Amino acid sequence: MRILVCISVVPDTTSKITFKDSNTKFNTEGVQFIINPYDELALTKALEIAESNNGTVTVINVGLADAEPSIRKALAIGANDAIRVNAEPKDALFVATQIAKIAKENNYDIILTGRESIDFNGGLVCGLLGELLNIPSINVVTKLELQNGKIIASRDIDGGHEELECSIPCVLSAQKDLCEPRIPNMRGIMSARTKPLVVNEPLSENDYAEYVSFELPEPKQGVKMIDAANAGELLDLLRNEKKLI
Amino acid sequence: MSIIVFAEHDKGTFKKSSFEALTYAQDLAATKNLAVTAVVIGAANSNLNELGNHGANKVISVKGNNLDTFSAEAFSHVMAKVAGDENASIVIISNTYSGKSIAPRVAVKLGAGIISGVISLPKDDFSVKKTAYSNKAMAFVKLKSDKKVFSLVPNSYEVKNFGLSAEIKEITMDIDSSAIHTKSLNISKASGKIPLTEAEIVVSGGRGMKGPENWGLIEELAGLLGAATACSKPVSDMDWRPHEEHVGQTGITIKPNVYIAIGISGAIQHLAGVSSSKVICVINKDAEAPFFKAADYGIVGDAFEILPQLIARAKLLKN
Repeated sequence: MRILVCISVVPDTTSKITFKDSNTKFNTEGVQFIINPYDELALTKALEIAESNNGTVTVINVGLADAEPSIRKALAIGANDAIRVNAEPKDALFVATQIAKIAKENNYDIILTGRESIDFNGGLVCGLLGELLNIPSINVVTKLELQNGKIIASRDIDGGHEELECSIPCVLSAQKDLCEPRIPNMRGIMSARTKPLVVNEPLSENDYAEYVSFELPEPKQGVKMIDAANAGELLDLLRNEKKLI
Repeated sequence: MSIIVFAEHDKGTFKKSSFEALTYAQDLAATKNLAVTAVVIGAANSNLNELGNHGANKVISVKGNNLDTFSAEAFSHVMAKVAGDENASIVIISNTYSGKSIAPRVAVKLGAGIISGVISLPKDDFSVKKTAYSNKAMAFVKLKSDKKVFSLVPNSYEVKNFGLSAEIKEITMDIDSSAIHTKSLNISKASGKIPLTEAEIVVSGGRGMKGPENWGLIEELAGLLGAATACSKPVSDMDWRPHEEHVGQTGITIKPNVYIAIGISGAIQHLAGVSSSKVICVINKDAEAPFFKAADYGIVGDAFEILPQLIARAKLLKN
């Protein structure tokens, strides 16, 4: 059982987001970078499956050298080895194309991603990989088990869940509730230093999307306070002033 | 050339997000002199003319083996096939859970570029606005490819009535079972509940609600307002409420007309998930709660004193 986990490196969830160079670039100053939280769930689930099926877990990241501390953290959490594709992760299709090339060479049984990255919020890599590799893809998964060589998964749907059976190989994306993320222990941190981290050069395929500029949401005009003794007025205002209820 | 739209339905009833996608497509088509084709997959019993009203010039209803239950493999195959037959340059798919499953697969099949999380029509240079940094910012993104797939955020584009009478075409497309590697075993849905991403009003509770046993108040107010219920991350982490109600940076992003937050302090991660709401109402007993800075209306007070007043007023307004 060989499992590939795709991780992206994103600004910490508490980061204040700002831009520089006339709003064309993300301002990384003072920002701490972490493994995308959903990708951490994917990694933990992969380790659980690998442990009970005598498998191995490889993590892959498309990113520049500054992603390596996060990749080492994934190794400390328990991945066996890591691959970094040395390129800026410009858009989802570019990233998926790089990962698909490596996946084709290595015949993984299961590929896991996070539901989406919390920076670009695309949620595309799972489906893109499925199609590029011509294997099934299941998005936004909250349960995942391996039973008699088949995947049993539960995915979120609008207003509920769907339970599915799926053959392997396949690609799935992790959603909250899939598992509790693991924290690296001291032994993991020590061993991560010597685990293999291979750097590959990217395919020279073009990116399809260009991020032209960014903007921040407009600040609110200020809050109108309502007296707690007359709280019902809130609904009157929503009806009469805003005409929304 | 045409724009094709995935007209998603639930057992025959079209989703509001499908009408939003059609409206978006028709507004876009009008500027580019294109026609809009809605694609309906599987048996849809409801009135296909509804799709014309909301922007379709043509409706293609596709029926056949393995098309009555959703699978990403079969549905993306149909969408790509129709897009090819119709010579589509743009494909619009709403960013629902099923939409998200097929949009990237359709893009690869067509050799198209894809942007997900689109919230506005393209500008002159064909760049579109999309959510980024979990709603803490917006990005303008341009696709370089000739063919384009946009997945549209539900509730970001208002449904219009165009009153078009669409040409309706029925076709059969059988999908071989060997082409589908997933099998649906069971679907569980909370009946009668409004999906959070489509709700126009959302009532949400945080730790200030003190425990899951007090959610009856939230549900009662939501019921009276025709609202969906949501919660903050700590509430979902403590299992007071199911994770699919968790709104915020690592939960669901929503953009209702009205968001009423009760007993939620407004951490930056929570704000990320709700800041696109048109009107934000915050009820918190701590006057210093950061959420008040992001609110349109605020009430400083205890949830258990305020909620009964809101429920009483909502009953009054309803009658």
